[in-house]
Amino acid sequence: MKSRTEAVGWAVGALLLVVLAVPWFMWGSDTVVAGLPVWVWWHVGWLCLTSLFFWAFTRRAWGLGIEEVSTRG
Amino acid sequence: MAETAIQLGILVGYMLVTLGVGLVAYRLTDRSPEDYYLASRTLGTVVLLFTTFATLLSAFTFFAGPNISYRLGPEWILVMGMMDGVIFGVLWYVIGYKQWIIGKANGYLTLGEMLGDRFGSRWLRVLVAVISIFWLFPYVMLQQQGAGTAVEALTGGAVPYWAGAGGITLFMIVYVTLSGLRGVAWTDTLQGLFMLGMVWAAFIWVGTAVGGFGAATETLRGLDGNPLALGGGAYTPAYIVSTAVSIAFGVTMFPQVNQRFFVARSRAVIKRTLPLWPVLVVLLFVPAFVLGSWAAGLGIETNVNGNVLPPLLLEYTPTWFAALVIAGAMAAMMSSSDSMLLSGSSYLTRDVYRPLVADPDERREAWLGRLGVVVFATLTFVASLFQVGTLLEIGDTAFGGFAQLALPVLVALYWSRTTRWGIYAGIGASQLFYLASVFLDIVPGSYLGGWSASVVGMLLGLVLTVGVSAVTTPSTAEDPSVYEETVAD
Repeated sequence: MKSRTEAVGWAVGALLLVVLAVPWFMWGSDTVVAGLPVWVWWHVGWLCLTSLFFWAFTRRAWGLGIEEVSTRG
Repeated sequence: MAETAIQLGILVGYMLVTLGVGLVAYRLTDRSPEDYYLASRTLGTVVLLFTTFATLLSAFTFFAGPNISYRLGPEWILVMGMMDGVIFGVLWYVIGYKQWIIGKANGYLTLGEMLGDRFGSRWLRVLVAVISIFWLFPYVMLQQQGAGTAVEALTGGAVPYWAGAGGITLFMIVYVTLSGLRGVAWTDTLQGLFMLGMVWAAFIWVGTAVGGFGAATETLRGLDGNPLALGGGAYTPAYIVSTAVSIAFGVTMFPQVNQRFFVARSRAVIKRTLPLWPVLVVLLFVPAFVLGSWAAGLGIETNVNGNVLPPLLLEYTPTWFAALVIAGAMAAMMSSSDSMLLSGSSYLTRDVYRPLVADPDERREAWLGRLGVVVFATLTFVASLFQVGTLLEIGDTAFGGFAQLALPVLVALYWSRTTRWGIYAGIGASQLFYLASVFLDIVPGSYLGGWSASVVGMLLGLVLTVGVSAVTTPSTAEDPSVYEETVAD
């Protein structure tokens, strides 16, 4: 089932966005880049990526898991 | 003195603009409850985006958020981004879009109504409304208390606390009863844009005044525990994740946010709004919370109300600018409260009064809604005068309380085998557990190295909703088909 694989793909993508919103691999880092801690820049970039992900979702898969449910009774 | 005059001038100016917007909105209302509470589901992208934004984030951005970054370090940026930018964004689709479709198809105005109809239970509707009002009431009270304290500080005590809180309450009653959601959403939009502009101006101004962003940020390196380093101190992974998860889910069930899931004009509006959301969140929080952290590095002391942003601005920017931001923050406090009053009133009149007392016609109900605003605002104001410890504690833990509702609702929205007993068990037990963790010493507030009771309660609610549904059979009054609506536009 194509739509099922697709749904799992988008769900995994969303989960990754949540999990890596905090750069855990930079734990303890205090490097400052361009006036802000480097992990703040990661976060800014990550939320821009989230925005792109949401945009791609609205274009390619909107309604997934919600609209194609068949109407019964 | 001149400073006080400027601040009061700005505040009064904001109030007049708000009132004007309220009057214009009033002229457009058609006197039905759907129009009063949901602006007849007609909001477009910009207004929907900013009304959600301002309702959710305003007062916190200026006061509590920077204060936390000041005390604990700038990691709060990550907590807010994960919570509001990512998790809430995903939930806006998963819960919000689903609610929009079935709300539109079945004419739901409130969460309780949506659940009560699906499970054929008047008492479920009442229960959800009562739980929501229980957590909302003290939260509104806290806003009024904040406003009263701020006005008192602003005028150097010339306007006493009760008069400040009372005056602002009265003002909110007038324009919320007049304009309903349409006016509230319009003022939120102006408010959100103003807030965003102010925060960026403050960020650039302070950064420049202390010799550049890098110089400001480097001041943190010398402090105890080096707040520049990611993590450490209060910020453990368990703390970051449980705070972000609990508040993000809690936000979706906060009446004034949940009701905004119903109000988009079309599917296209929601599709345009969602990708803009994370960018808006990061645009607001990064400068606001970095400012709070800089204040720690720059050795700024908090003012008498325990806030750090006002003294920071007074130190590095001209008086008029600091006044503008501070008065804007008070206006922000109002923009959150007005939405809460409106939603609180809709829960009170539609989900408590209507099912239990009488079923009024549409026109009468819209008037009852206005009466509800007056009653709700007056009671929270009176409560704010007494500053009862228990109420303060409920207000402070409200997000966790609302979070307990989210997973049972989510299960009900998507799993047609959910039964009435399942949702009663999930909602009831998680609420009792969470309340016990807040009020009883024998129930701990933290588990397994820092996971909050709120997250544990959410899991309990999920397990019980699914488990009890699996072993019970639906009653004849239940109708899962009302959630299977697929018509999108």
